[in-house]
Amino acid sequence: MPATVTPEQMPPEPIAQTAAPAAGRAGRQPATPLQVALSLIPGLGHFARGEWILGMTLFFAWCFTLSLAYLSRARTQAVFTGRRIPADGLVAVITLGLMAILVWGWAFYDLAVRSRRERRQFGDSQWSIAARHFKKNKLAIGGLVVMVLLYVLTLVTPLIAPYDPSEQGNIILSRYLAPSLEHLMGTDKFGRDIFSRVLFGARISLSIGFIAVAISITLGTLIGAFAGYFGGIVDGILMRFTDMMLSFPRLVLLIVVIALFEPNIYLVVVVLGLTGWMGTARLVRGEVLSLREREFVQAARALGMGDWRIIFRHVIPNTMAPVIVSATLGIGQTILTEASLSFLGLGVQPPTPSWGNMVSDGRDALINAWWIATFPGIAIVVTVVAFNLLGDGLRDALDPRLRT
Amino acid sequence: MVGYLIRRILGAIPLLLGILTIIFFIIHIAPGDPTARFVNPNVSPRVIEQMRHNLGLDQPLHIQYFKWLWSFIRGDFGYSFGQQQPISQILPGVLWNTLQLTLVALVMIFVVGMLIGIVQAVRQYSVADNVLSFGALFFYSMPSFWFALMLILVFSLKINQVIAMNPAMAPWLGWLQFPASGMTSVGYEFMGFGQKMGDRFKHIFLPALALGIGNAAGVARYMRGSMLEVIHQDFIRTARAKGLSERVVIFRHALRNALIPIITLLGLYLPFLLSGAVLVETIFGWPGMGRAIVDAILQRDYPMVMATSFVIAAMVVLGNLVSDVLYAVVDPRIRTE
Repeated sequence: MPATVTPEQMPPEPIAQTAAPAAGRAGRQPATPLQVALSLIPGLGHFARGEWILGMTLFFAWCFTLSLAYLSRARTQAVFTGRRIPADGLVAVITLGLMAILVWGWAFYDLAVRSRRERRQFGDSQWSIAARHFKKNKLAIGGLVVMVLLYVLTLVTPLIAPYDPSEQGNIILSRYLAPSLEHLMGTDKFGRDIFSRVLFGARISLSIGFIAVAISITLGTLIGAFAGYFGGIVDGILMRFTDMMLSFPRLVLLIVVIALFEPNIYLVVVVLGLTGWMGTARLVRGEVLSLREREFVQAARALGMGDWRIIFRHVIPNTMAPVIVSATLGIGQTILTEASLSFLGLGVQPPTPSWGNMVSDGRDALINAWWIATFPGIAIVVTVVAFNLLGDGLRDALDPRLRT
Repeated sequence: MVGYLIRRILGAIPLLLGILTIIFFIIHIAPGDPTARFVNPNVSPRVIEQMRHNLGLDQPLHIQYFKWLWSFIRGDFGYSFGQQQPISQILPGVLWNTLQLTLVALVMIFVVGMLIGIVQAVRQYSVADNVLSFGALFFYSMPSFWFALMLILVFSLKINQVIAMNPAMAPWLGWLQFPASGMTSVGYEFMGFGQKMGDRFKHIFLPALALGIGNAAGVARYMRGSMLEVIHQDFIRTARAKGLSERVVIFRHALRNALIPIITLLGLYLPFLLSGAVLVETIFGWPGMGRAIVDAILQRDYPMVMATSFVIAAMVVLGNLVSDVLYAVVDPRIRTE
């Protein structure tokens, strides 16, 4: 113990937190009772305060929910009066209710509680900085909105789809009808309504994308973390295996596996998940290799923590930023791959609508019924563009080197 | 360099053997049997048994595996169950068809992608940059099979209709007319050389476009980033200060340096192209590897599946190798001892 304390050994002086100009809400006036009362219709209260963007968002969301509820009132009743309550109908009604409560509650909460509360001064965490950068990126916000809208639509599909997706019309009178007000996107060779089928197909595509990516991200993170953390022979074996999987085109591998077994939706999800983890594994391994040498990991080790605890509590959480980006981009790619498989007849099987097999149906009648193949394709493009925009936005926001 | 190459090639052998072993066991364990299509009430079960015996399918799995391995090491791919021909006779033609398509697509990807990327980087944040960025994202997110169908719809079916309705339009629209499928037209054998080339070009254009457009968009994004990095460096300012014309600055000084990271993509796009080829070949009736492997799987043609898998995996490994070697060639800093 030295007698004098050198400046380096002194505890660092607490840096005075300068009240940074907080983005957005710093100079917010507390709401008057009138404004709170106006918020009975969400958005009006915000209009009265001149907060147009938030007001418009809330107002449109409210109108959307109400008109949806109005248009689907007959079906909503049918869900409850029917003898057997269909599960997806119930989910749809619950979603609708939750949407209404959410929009209404948010408008009230924002005016009555948030605008009156003192803004607490948080330190800037990695995530709050990223969120600030993300909000500036208009395209990414657009992608996020489209994505949320798509997921909401899949939940309320039974209430808005004008026809049953597998209901066949009159085989002579209602097949190959061009798009009209009655059939927004026309009908196919069995007289089924394309618009309804696109809506129901969204469910399949989005859930397959989500679940398959969840599987592959989990697997990739675990493999990458183990390989990077333990190094040596574990790393060698796991990474050679990854290289091996990468040396074969994914779609061809999928075709080999799925074509040999009976194609069904669960097999497709699992196989998509099991063939998509290699990119994530490499990414995570790279991160872990550098994290392993950082002080906080060494400190954890010095405290006597086990390897598993260090991996799951200290290493993996710090690799999440790039993993989230790759997951978002991965959902888009997985939706594309699933559509390709269904197009080849190896994915979702025909009576169930999926965007891929609808395009495949339209292939036979391309010249006299262009709408059959066109609209499901546009749905795929819009969805994948949304996920790619969101993923790019997240990458720009989460990676400090890319922030502008 | 030679030592490095040899080391890489030796390292690739276990990779290939590993993936082929996995595929071997998957296809043999899966339900289904190559003789299944001969089963019907008129064929006695003993004939089927004899067939299975002739194909060697009645032996235990590990014996079959070592037999396959031994003939594979000797370079013998075996005999296709489905087409009743030695695979060594089928494979070269099929491979060449796919290579034609892939190479044309590759050239298209890099020429189009690089040009778009350069324009975007030179006019950063302009309207053109934003429009091209969004366009690139749009094509990048588009399923190739759907784009292929749309191309057929517009450039083959609709245009034929329009021309049939008013033949006066033919001189203007004729050059936009493309065939919807196949590699050559009906009277191909009787054409002159120039006509033959033109015919082949017309047949390859739409499939190559459908195969390449998504990847071209990807290259454009990379090119933009890489070009932007270079354009803000000091030596570019020096070149401008010397009074060189903008064209020389961009194409001589900037482009060469921006190409370094792009060159490596050349080999890495091979797996994507081979995946895409499966779909595009199916749609355009192009007799290549992609269709061969799908047909082989559906017929349970085990030797053919193994042979095509080997060729595809070998091409991917080769692509990776090419990209590493090119990297070393263009960038002296990477060169290994």
